[in-house]
Amino acid sequence: MTTQVSAPERSGSTTTAGRGKRPRPPFGVSAVGVMAVLIALFALVPLGYVAVMTAATGWDTALELIVRPRVGELLLNTVLLIVLTVPLCLILGVGGAWLVERTMLRGQKVWAVLLAAPLAIPAFVNSYAWVSAVPSLHGLFSGVLIATLSYFPLVYIPAAATLSRLDPAVEQSAASLGLGAWRAFFRVVLPQLRIAMTGGALLVALHLLAEYGAFAMIRFDTFTTAIMVQYQSTFNGAAGTMLASVLVFFCLLLLLVEVRSRGTARYARVGSGAQAKALRLPLHVYQVPAQLALLGLTLLAFGLPLLFVLRWIIAGGADIWAADEFVPALWQTLLYGLAGAAATTVVAFPMAYLAVRHASWFSKALELSNYVTSSMPGIVVALAFVTVSIRLVPGIYQTAGVLVAAYILLFLPRALVNIRAGLAQAPKELDEAAQALGTPPLLSFIRVTLRLTAPAAAGGAALVFLGIANELTATLLLSPNGTRTLATEFWSKSSEIDYAGAAPYALLMIVISAPMTYLLFQQSKKVAGQ
Amino acid sequence: MKIRINALAGIAIAATAALGLSACGSSTSPAASSSADASKGEITVYNAQHESLTKEWVDAFTAETGIKVTLRQGDDTEMSNQIVQEGAASPADVFLTENSPAMAQVENAGLFADVNKDTVAQVPAEFRPSTNKWTGIAARSTVLVYDKNKLSEDKLPKSMLDLAKPEWKGKWAASPSGADFQAIVSALVELKGEAAAEAWLKGMKENFTAYKGNSTAMKAVNAGEVDAALIYHYYYYGDQAKTGENSKNVTPYYFKNQDPGAFLSVSGGGVLKSSKNAENAQAFLKFITGKKGQEVLQKGTSFEYAIASGVPANEKLVPVKELAAPTVDPAKLNSEKVTELMTKAGLL
Repeated sequence: MTTQVSAPERSGSTTTAGRGKRPRPPFGVSAVGVMAVLIALFALVPLGYVAVMTAATGWDTALELIVRPRVGELLLNTVLLIVLTVPLCLILGVGGAWLVERTMLRGQKVWAVLLAAPLAIPAFVNSYAWVSAVPSLHGLFSGVLIATLSYFPLVYIPAAATLSRLDPAVEQSAASLGLGAWRAFFRVVLPQLRIAMTGGALLVALHLLAEYGAFAMIRFDTFTTAIMVQYQSTFNGAAGTMLASVLVFFCLLLLLVEVRSRGTARYARVGSGAQAKALRLPLHVYQVPAQLALLGLTLLAFGLPLLFVLRWIIAGGADIWAADEFVPALWQTLLYGLAGAAATTVVAFPMAYLAVRHASWFSKALELSNYVTSSMPGIVVALAFVTVSIRLVPGIYQTAGVLVAAYILLFLPRALVNIRAGLAQAPKELDEAAQALGTPPLLSFIRVTLRLTAPAAAGGAALVFLGIANELTATLLLSPNGTRTLATEFWSKSSEIDYAGAAPYALLMIVISAPMTYLLFQQSKKVAGQ
Repeated sequence: MKIRINALAGIAIAATAALGLSACGSSTSPAASSSADASKGEITVYNAQHESLTKEWVDAFTAETGIKVTLRQGDDTEMSNQIVQEGAASPADVFLTENSPAMAQVENAGLFADVNKDTVAQVPAEFRPSTNKWTGIAARSTVLVYDKNKLSEDKLPKSMLDLAKPEWKGKWAASPSGADFQAIVSALVELKGEAAAEAWLKGMKENFTAYKGNSTAMKAVNAGEVDAALIYHYYYYGDQAKTGENSKNVTPYYFKNQDPGAFLSVSGGGVLKSSKNAENAQAFLKFITGKKGQEVLQKGTSFEYAIASGVPANEKLVPVKELAAPTVDPAKLNSEKVTELMTKAGLL
């Protein structure tokens, strides 16, 4: 047996170094390191802003603003939201992925796509549809419901990709050692899903911290909705910044949990021969319940929002299609989405490279600094950019460049998580082998590693595009005058309860997100080696 | 070393390409031309008024003068604070709001130019600040909308202050996060003092249900979720003029008697000191407070009160004279104090 996937090897070890010329990394660690440090510093601008504002407020005032009943309410809401939603997303995501990839589920190819589809529906559109269906919806459980239905694909997609790639030899070994199907799943399969699950759970949790629109619509207050309200009232008021600093603390806590549970195991498969096709369990009597469960989930997460968007569109008639409004919004959303996705991917690469190939506490700290920003609500990041750009570089204030820079910071982790996973699964031995055969390091890097990572990068880019297409507050604050995106138009219409007028924008957001979701889904499979 | 440089160069090229792409994005957006606009006399309006209303004003103004106007949409306080942050570098020429506290904030930061005399002459004194650093452009009345099936007329509160009493627990709604509501509170502070306002807000926190947006609060009354909501009058009239879908079970109640709940909130307009096209900016302000601009309020679908140039309000509205609103100098309304009090009361 040449496969060694299950034995967690320390990632730092070089197994094939041989006696010849020692393989070199494609470029100096220092060069990548310098870039990564620069990017991390840039990513810390909003955090610096919060820190400076907090310091300027003074300890006494800060304490007064943080330790009060309202913050207690928000704390409880936010904690409960995360504690309830993340496990639900994990169960739905991993369960769905397992049914689709490892059982003899009928129509599994269709289900595989349908389970990823809810990602094409922005959370606030989901909220809008649910409020249309059940107008009295509000509070914690509505928040959990909508967040779970919106975000479980963030776990499902990487989990399905990992499961589809998983070498069945591992399970076979487990079976030959006498483990039953269930025990084999928990003892062998589930540990393999660790990166997918922790990464997915982290993304879900960060989304929960930063989400505004979806919760505002159903009257569920979290730190982010409260910060938004504070800024709308006092803007750079101390109270908003204090709330943001609590949020930053939250994020650090989550990151710590993620790092602890990600572990140091190695996940790239090395060995001769091709990997065998995965085994599929027969479902027997569970076929019908499984089908019904997936149907129910799909209807709630995808069918209902789509139905209500279409209902409002029909109710609104031809009047709601004002071409001079929606055509520019569509166009600008596409442009910002594509530009932002490309820029974010490029920026994420050195960071991911450093994290995977030169793991150390330093590279980890650099990587983590990128997550902190994305856990802050768009309004805090935007405000930091307003303050910094107007004071230091007024020439670029309210230009598309500043907005794209803010998008990079807000969505960097999405690209990072994907590229990191891709790099982790591109065995560096292949790179080294190419070098041993005489290919110069950079060329071998491009031919081998970059090519193997490209699908993952594409997946990350798609995820960034989805984020930008739905972004609301940074866009409102930083965009050039006259900019209208689908999200901002949708929001201004729906908050005036002009649900019919908002419907075309909701539909367009779903329509442009759909191909990106599909790309993401496809690429995640390729990353996983299919 | 060579390799290192190549790799760097490669990444630099890729980054440049990405930024280039984003630059392409900007060249098609209106912003790229905004600096060029300055020379052609185009103006930028930071608009916190309802977008459809301002669009009507802009279209009529551009048709008459040929001056182009770019709108930037936002909320009252969000934009006033943005302008304060921007300071002298602000791209804004004109600032329009729904209420006056945000105007007072920009005025206190010393960022407004004096309003031209001929504009001032068009607006009655009660609808503009004594300082003439900005002017009223429209007005909106506070009103309690309620469900007739749940509240008979004799159960209605005599004063807005009654809503803080225990018998109103769980019965009414408001949108505390909005500038509309905060303007009402600032009037309360001005009329009854800080301590009274603070006590009222504490009672409110106990009694009310928070909704996001006045129209959403009204919709909740209409749907029977709550008995009454404290909002501005025109949300009701606007919905009635459309389908009435969100207000068919709703009746407006005016407090009158110079009660804090009868507060008439002035929407403001001002020209920034830093404007590079001050002349055109002043012309725009003159236009919207002039006869044609006010007729947009009178004849249009915004249902806000016309206040200037002798143009009467929309005939569907209760006339201003009958509202018996308390007298408040709009320049004195203080948004910072209000947020502080509301934060203290746990409303924000």
